[in-house]
Amino acid sequence: MAAVVATQQQQRKYQWGELADDDGASDLGLVLLLPPRVVVGPDAGGLRTVIEYRFDDEGNKVKVVTTTRTCSLLARARLSRSAVERRSWAKFGDAVKGDDAGSRLTMVSTEEVLLERPRARGKRAEEPCTSDDPLDMASTRSGILMVCRTCGKKGDHWTSKCPYKDLSPQTQGPVDVPSTADGLAAPLGTGVRAYVPPNKKEGTDTSGASMMKRRNDENSIRVNNLSEDTSEFDLFELFSKFGPVNRAFVAKDRRTGSSRGFGFVNFVHREDGERAISKLNGYGYDNLILRVEWSEKKN
Amino acid sequence: MRPILMKGHERPLTFLRYNRDGDLLFSCAKDHTPTVWYADNGDRLGTYRGHNGAVWTCDVSRDSARLITGSADQTAKLWEVSTGKELFSFRFDAPARSVEFAIGDALAVVTTDNFMDHVPTVQVKHIAEDIDDQTEDSALVITGIKGRINRAVWGPLNRTIITAGEDATIRIWDSETGKLLKESDKESGHQKTITSLSKSLDWSHFVTGSLDKSAKLWDTRTLTLIKTYVTERPVNAVDISPTHDTVVLGGGQDAMNVTMTDRRAGKFEAKFYHKILQEEIGGVKGHFGPINALAFNPDGRSFSSGGEDGYVRLHHFDSEYFSIKM
Repeated sequence: MAAVVATQQQQRKYQWGELADDDGASDLGLVLLLPPRVVVGPDAGGLRTVIEYRFDDEGNKVKVVTTTRTCSLLARARLSRSAVERRSWAKFGDAVKGDDAGSRLTMVSTEEVLLERPRARGKRAEEPCTSDDPLDMASTRSGILMVCRTCGKKGDHWTSKCPYKDLSPQTQGPVDVPSTADGLAAPLGTGVRAYVPPNKKEGTDTSGASMMKRRNDENSIRVNNLSEDTSEFDLFELFSKFGPVNRAFVAKDRRTGSSRGFGFVNFVHREDGERAISKLNGYGYDNLILRVEWSEKKN
Repeated sequence: MRPILMKGHERPLTFLRYNRDGDLLFSCAKDHTPTVWYADNGDRLGTYRGHNGAVWTCDVSRDSARLITGSADQTAKLWEVSTGKELFSFRFDAPARSVEFAIGDALAVVTTDNFMDHVPTVQVKHIAEDIDDQTEDSALVITGIKGRINRAVWGPLNRTIITAGEDATIRIWDSETGKLLKESDKESGHQKTITSLSKSLDWSHFVTGSLDKSAKLWDTRTLTLIKTYVTERPVNAVDISPTHDTVVLGGGQDAMNVTMTDRRAGKFEAKFYHKILQEEIGGVKGHFGPINALAFNPDGRSFSSGGEDGYVRLHHFDSEYFSIKM
C-alpha cells in the first residue's frame, strides 16, 4: 500500500460573516460549502485516487488527494454466480458461535513460506565441470569428485539428492560457499565473497594463537591507585624488574586523555607476577600507595 | 506465500476436498465433525455435526448442494452443504473408508473396511434426487479384495470403479456387473499399502501414493504405469495440479515414530514434482506432523494441506510458482 497525500491550500480565508455563530451549525455550514468527495478508479494498475476537501484548524480549505494501490485477491478470482451466492450463506454448525471464535481459528501465517527449490534456478552448483568435453564430464561424474557436501559421502549422490539434506543446517538462498581447502575465498566469477572473520581466515594458526592469548590474560595484573603522571613506560620499567613483561597498559580517560589511576601489566610467567604482587602491593610510588592484584578474568 | 492456518479440528486431518467452483474447502478429521471453509480467505462457513467416529473422507456434488461423508462410526451420511443438515445416513457393518459421487451425482461408491469378521467391500449406492425417496439398498457390492480398501473412485463415464488399498494393488472393476477388469502389475506397481489416489482433471490418468515412499502415475483406461515419483518418505496424500504439470506429494514418518526424531527428519513437507520429468520442483514446509491430506484448488492457484497436527494450511501460490521452468 502506497499512500501519497498531497495537500493544496487554498488561500482565501473565510470571513467571519460566512461562519454562523453557533459552532455546530457552522460545522454543518462549512461542510456544505465543500465540493463533494471524488473517487477515481481503481484503474488497471490497481490505483485508486480519492479527492477530498476539508478545513484545517485555521479554517483554510484543504484539498486532500489520496492515492492508494489496491491489490485484492478477489479482484483476480473469477467467481461463478453460484459461488458468489454461497458467499452470503449464513454460518451454521459450530461456526455460528459468534465471529470471534471463527477469527481465532483462521489466521494468516506470520512466517513467509517459500516453495523451496532443491537447487537454485539456473544454477548447477553440484556439477563442478571444468571443461565442456562430455567425456571429461563423464569421468568426473563417475569419479570421486562427486562428494556430497551435506553428508560427506563420496561417489554416491550429489548434494541436491542427499537423503540427509533436510538435516543439514539451513542456508538462506544460494550462498557462495568459499572453498576452504585451498584458501581461495570464492571461485572467480561468482562475484560476492562471504565475510570471513580474521581469526577464521586462512593462515591464522587458530589453535596456537588463541591459546597463547588466553594464557597471557591469565597472567594479567591490575595496578590500582596510580598517580596521574604515571605513564605506560613507567609501569613497564617498574614491573620488568620481576621478569619479562609483554604488556603494560594505563587506562586513560577517552576525552581528556589523562590517566584514570589504574593500569594492567601482563607477565609472561605467572611466577614473576606473583613476586611482583607480593613486593609492590602497598609500595609507595609517586606519593601514592599502590594496590596490586591479579586482575579478574573477563567473562 | 503466507499460508492461511485453519485450526478447526482437534484431531488429525484425514481428507480435504474442494468443490467444483473452488470456493469451498471441505475438511475431514478424526474429530467427528467435517467442516467447510471458504477457500479464498479460510473463513469457517460451517460444520456438519452428527457423526460419532473419525470421518475418513467426503465428496461434494457437482452443484455443491450435497456432501457425502464416510466415517468410522460405520455410516456414510448425506448432508445439505448450505445448512449442515443431515439428510440421510447409510449404515454399514464396518467403517466407511472412502466415498465418491459418480458423474451426475446419481450414484455414489462407498468402501467399507475389514472389521471384525466382515470382509472389505465396495458398494454402489443410488442417490435419490428427492431425499424422501432415498434408500439404503446397494446397487452393487464388490467383494474379494484382501486388505483394507483405502480409495475407490469412479472411472470415466461411470463405467468403471478403481480401487486401491492395503494390498498395494490397483484394480479396475466394471461398475455394472462388478467384474474385475484389470489389475496393476505386481512387479512395477506399489510394494506397500496405497494410501491415496487422485485423478487428473480429465480423469485420463491418476496418481497413487504409497507407504513404499513413492507415487505412481497410471493411465485410467489401460492401467499402465506412466511415471514414478520417488521420495524419501511414506506418501500419505497426493494430488495433481489441474492447470500445471505438477504433482504434489505429502506424507512423512508414521505418526507413532514422530516424536523420536528431529522435526526436519520427519520430512513433513508437501513436495512438488514435475509430472512429466519426475523431477522434484520444490517443497513447502510448515506442518509439524505428517501430511495426511492434500488438495489443489480447481483453479490451480492454491492448494491446501492437512496434517496429523490438526491444522489445515491453505497456500496461495506466489507468481514465481507459475513461471518455474524445468
